[in-house]
Amino acid sequence: MSVSASSAPTAATPPVLEARGVTKVFGGLTAVDGVDLEVGEREIVGLIGPNGAGKTTFFNCLTGMETPTSGRISYRGRTLSGKPHRVTESGLARTFQNIRLFPNMTALENVLVGRHCRTSQGVLSALGRGPRYRREEADGRARAHELLQFVGMDRHAETLARNLPYGDQRRLEIARALATDPGLLLLDEPTAGMNPQETASAMQLVRRIREQGLAIVVIEHDMRFIFSLCDRVAVLVQGQKLVEGTATEVQQDPRVVEAYLGKPVDGG
Amino acid sequence: MIVSRVATSTSERLQATFTRPVRLAVGGAGSLLVVAGCLLPWATFFFGFPGKVTLAGFPGGSRLYPLLLVAVAPLLLVAVEGRRRAGLAAAWGVFGITAFNIAAIGFGRDLPLGLLEERGGGGLGAVAIGAWLALAGGALLIAAFASLPSSDEERPFRPGLPAALELLTIALSLGLILFAVVIALEVDETSRFISLIAFATAAGMTLARLNVFAYVTELFDRHRTVTLAAAAIAAVVFPFTQGGNAYWIRVFASIGVFAAAAIGLNVVVGLAGLLDLGYIAFFGVGAYVGALFAGAARTTVHVKLPFLVVVVMGAVIAAIFGVIIGAPTLRLRGDYLAIVTLGFGEIFRILAFNFDWLTRGPNGISGVPDLAIGSYNFGATNEVLGFSLPGFANYYFVELILLAAIILAFTRLNDSRIGRAWIAIREDETAAAAMGINTYRLKMLAFGIGAFMAGAAGTVNAHVTTQVSPDSYGFLESILLLAAVVLGGMGTIGGALLGSAALFIVPEKLRSFQDKRLLLFGIALIVIIRFRPEGIVANRRRKAELHDADPSTGDASGAPPGAPVVGAVAQ
Ligand SMILES: Nc1ncnc2c1ncn2[C@@H]1O[C@H](COP(=O)(O)OP(=O)(O)OP(=O)(O)O)[C@@H](O)[C@H]1O
Ligand SMILES: [Mg+2]
Repeated sequence: MSVSASSAPTAATPPVLEARGVTKVFGGLTAVDGVDLEVGEREIVGLIGPNGAGKTTFFNCLTGMETPTSGRISYRGRTLSGKPHRVTESGLARTFQNIRLFPNMTALENVLVGRHCRTSQGVLSALGRGPRYRREEADGRARAHELLQFVGMDRHAETLARNLPYGDQRRLEIARALATDPGLLLLDEPTAGMNPQETASAMQLVRRIREQGLAIVVIEHDMRFIFSLCDRVAVLVQGQKLVEGTATEVQQDPRVVEAYLGKPVDGG
Repeated sequence: MIVSRVATSTSERLQATFTRPVRLAVGGAGSLLVVAGCLLPWATFFFGFPGKVTLAGFPGGSRLYPLLLVAVAPLLLVAVEGRRRAGLAAAWGVFGITAFNIAAIGFGRDLPLGLLEERGGGGLGAVAIGAWLALAGGALLIAAFASLPSSDEERPFRPGLPAALELLTIALSLGLILFAVVIALEVDETSRFISLIAFATAAGMTLARLNVFAYVTELFDRHRTVTLAAAAIAAVVFPFTQGGNAYWIRVFASIGVFAAAAIGLNVVVGLAGLLDLGYIAFFGVGAYVGALFAGAARTTVHVKLPFLVVVVMGAVIAAIFGVIIGAPTLRLRGDYLAIVTLGFGEIFRILAFNFDWLTRGPNGISGVPDLAIGSYNFGATNEVLGFSLPGFANYYFVELILLAAIILAFTRLNDSRIGRAWIAIREDETAAAAMGINTYRLKMLAFGIGAFMAGAAGTVNAHVTTQVSPDSYGFLESILLLAAVVLGGMGTIGGALLGSAALFIVPEKLRSFQDKRLLLFGIALIVIIRFRPEGIVANRRRKAELHDADPSTGDASGAPPGAPVVGAVAQ
C-alpha cells in the first residue's frame, strides 16, 4: 500500500519544507526566535531541546495554529497560508503532544475525519446518496481500514477512541494524520508515555512511513529514539536553533551538552 | 455529597444485617402487603348522605401501578446484572406513587403549588387501610433491594433470540409504546396522570437498569426498515382512530412541527455542538413568511403563493438569516456563542414587535386561510374508507411529510462526511481544523441547515395555528425547544420526538399545571441530568462520554466544547 501520492522529486525541486526566520512572541516572551529549518524529500529530522524551548510552538507556527510574529514558511516551494485547514490541504499533517483524538468517535471514524480534506461530497450528495457519494464513502472506508492496518490496529476499528489504550491512541493519531495524504508529517513526542516495546514499534512505524515517501519532523525527548532514527537533528534552546547536524555531530557538540546539563560550574 | 454518603452507609448496614433468608422474607412480606394494599380500598369519603363511604375501586388506575411494579420482586431471587439498582427504582416507584396518592386523597386542593384541583380535603382520616398497607409494602421492598450486594457489574442484556422472535419483540415494544400513549391520552384526572408519569418513570428506569432498553434500541437499529415501516403505519393510521375528533390530531400536528424544529436544533447543538439560544427566531421567520404569503385575512402582504413555494421560501429565508447571524458569531466559542445567539433571538422578537408595516406588530398576522389544492379544501371533513376524518387531519399529514423529510435529512447527514466533520468539531475544534476541516464553514453550514429546517417547520406551523405573533417566538420557546432536545437525548431522532411530545402532552394533561409548566420542566431537567445525563433516548456517543470515565484514557480527551478561546491552542 502507499501512504502518500507525492510525486518523485525532479532535479531542482524545492525542499519539502522551508522555514525562514520563524519567530513567535507571546507578550514579553519570545517562544520561537528566528528559526530556520529545511526538510528534504524522505528525510527524518529530529527536533530536540529542553522543556519550554519552543518546539511545540514551532510546530504550531508551521501548521497555522499560531500565526508567527514574523518569518516565512513554504511547502514544496509554495508559501503556506495561515489557516490550519489550508495547511493540511497543502500536505502538512501533525499529531499532538497531548493526544487530541475525537474521543467519542470510533477509531475508524477518527481516520475518516482525516479523509475530509481529500473528499468532496457535500450536503446535497449526502442527502441524495447517489452512486458517486457511495463510491467515495466506500473508498474512504477502505482507505481508513488500510491505514488502521498500517499502524497495526484494524481490530480496534469500532472502538471509541476514548476507550483505546494509550499506545493505541498515539498510533491512531498517526493513522488519522496519514489519512490527510500528507507529504510531511510532524510528530510531537510520539513515544511520550510509552513503554520500551511500544517505543520500539513506534520507531519501526516512523521508518515505514518514510519508506512510503513521506518526510518527517519529529519532536522527542527520548534521545535513543532520535539518534537512531533521524538523518538530521536540530536543537532548539530558548526559542533559538542552537545546533543542527547529523546525530553524531549534535551528540558531540559541547553547546548541546551544556544546554541540557546547564553551564559547567566555574573552575570546576 | 452528604446525602449519598448517608444513603450508602444505610445500605451498607442493610447489606450487613440482611442475610439472604431475611432479605427474602422482608421482600416477600413487602410484595404481599403491596398486593393486598392495592386490592383493598384507598380512600374513605365523607358525604352528607349516606355518610361515610369507603370506595372499593378508588382510585382505579393509581392502584394498578404499584401492583405492576411489584412484578420486580423475583429479582430478589435471581442474580441478574443490575438487579439492585433496577429493583430499587421499582420499589421507590411503589412507595412514591402510594405516598403521592395518600397526599392527594388526604389534602388534594390544599397541596402546595395548587397541584390538584380535584378531590381531597378529608385529611389523613380519609385515607383507607389499603394505601397504608401498600406504602408499608413499598418501604419493605426498598429495604430488601437495598440489602442486595451493590457490586452488580453492568453487562449487556442479550437474549440472542431467533429473528422471528426479535421481530415479535419489536412489534410488542411498539405496541406497548402506542398503548402507553393511548392510556396517557385517556387519563384525564390530574392525580392519576401524575401517578402514571411516576409509574412510567419507575418502570422505565427499571428496564433501563436491566439493560432491556439498550437491547430493544439495538433491535430497532438492526431491523430499521421494519421498525420505520411500523412507526410510519402507526403515524398514518392514528387520525383514523380518533372517530372524527380533531383534538388529539391537532395536538400531534403541533408536536410534529415542534419536533421538526427540534431535530433542526439537534443538527446545531447535538451534532456540531453549537449552543444556540436564539434558535426559535428561525422558526419565527418561517412562520411569518408562511403567514404573509398565504393570503391571510389580517396581513400586510397581499400576495398568495402556492404552499410548497412558501415552504421553500420560508426555509431559504430562515437559512439566510442563519448565515447572517452565524457569520459574525460562529467565530466565537462556547459560552460566547450562546450569549450572542440569545441576543439575536431577542432582536428578532423586538423587530417583529416594532416593524408594524410588515408584521402588524403585537397583533401579528392572523386569519391564515385553509390550504387548497385545486378544489380540494384542506379544512373540510372527509370520509375515507368509511372513517370520518376531521379537516385538521390534512394538516397532520402535511406535518407528517415534513417530519419524515427532516428525519431522513438528519439521519443521512449524521452518517456522512459532513456529519462526521460536525461531530469532530464538537469533540475538538482545534484538532478538527488540524485535520483539514474548514471549521468556520462547517459550523456555518450546520447553522444554515438548522435554520432551514426550522424555517420549513415554521411555515407549516403558520397553517397549524392559523396566526402568527411575536410572543410565540421568545427566549422561553428557544429554551423549551432546547429542553426537548436535551430531555429526549441529544443527537438522536427518538429523543427529539419524545422530548417534543412530553413538552406538549404533559401541560395539555396537567391543565391546572399550565402556568407552572416551566417549573415542571425545570424539575424534570434536573432529575434527568442527575440520573440520565444522556437523555431518555441515549446516543451511543453521549452515553459513552457521560458514563464511562475510564481513568486510563482520562488525559486523552481534547478540550471540552465550551473551552475558552485562550488555551484552546494546541500544546
Ligand atoms: N499560547 C501561549 N501563550 C503564552 N505562552 C505560551 C503559549 N504557548 C506556549 N507558550 C510558552 O512558550 C514557551 C515554549 O513552549 P512550548 O510548548 O513550545 O515548549 P516545548 O519545547 O514544546 O516544551 P516541552 O518539551 O515541554 O513540550 C513556553 O515558555 C510556554 O510557556
Ligand atoms: Mg512541546
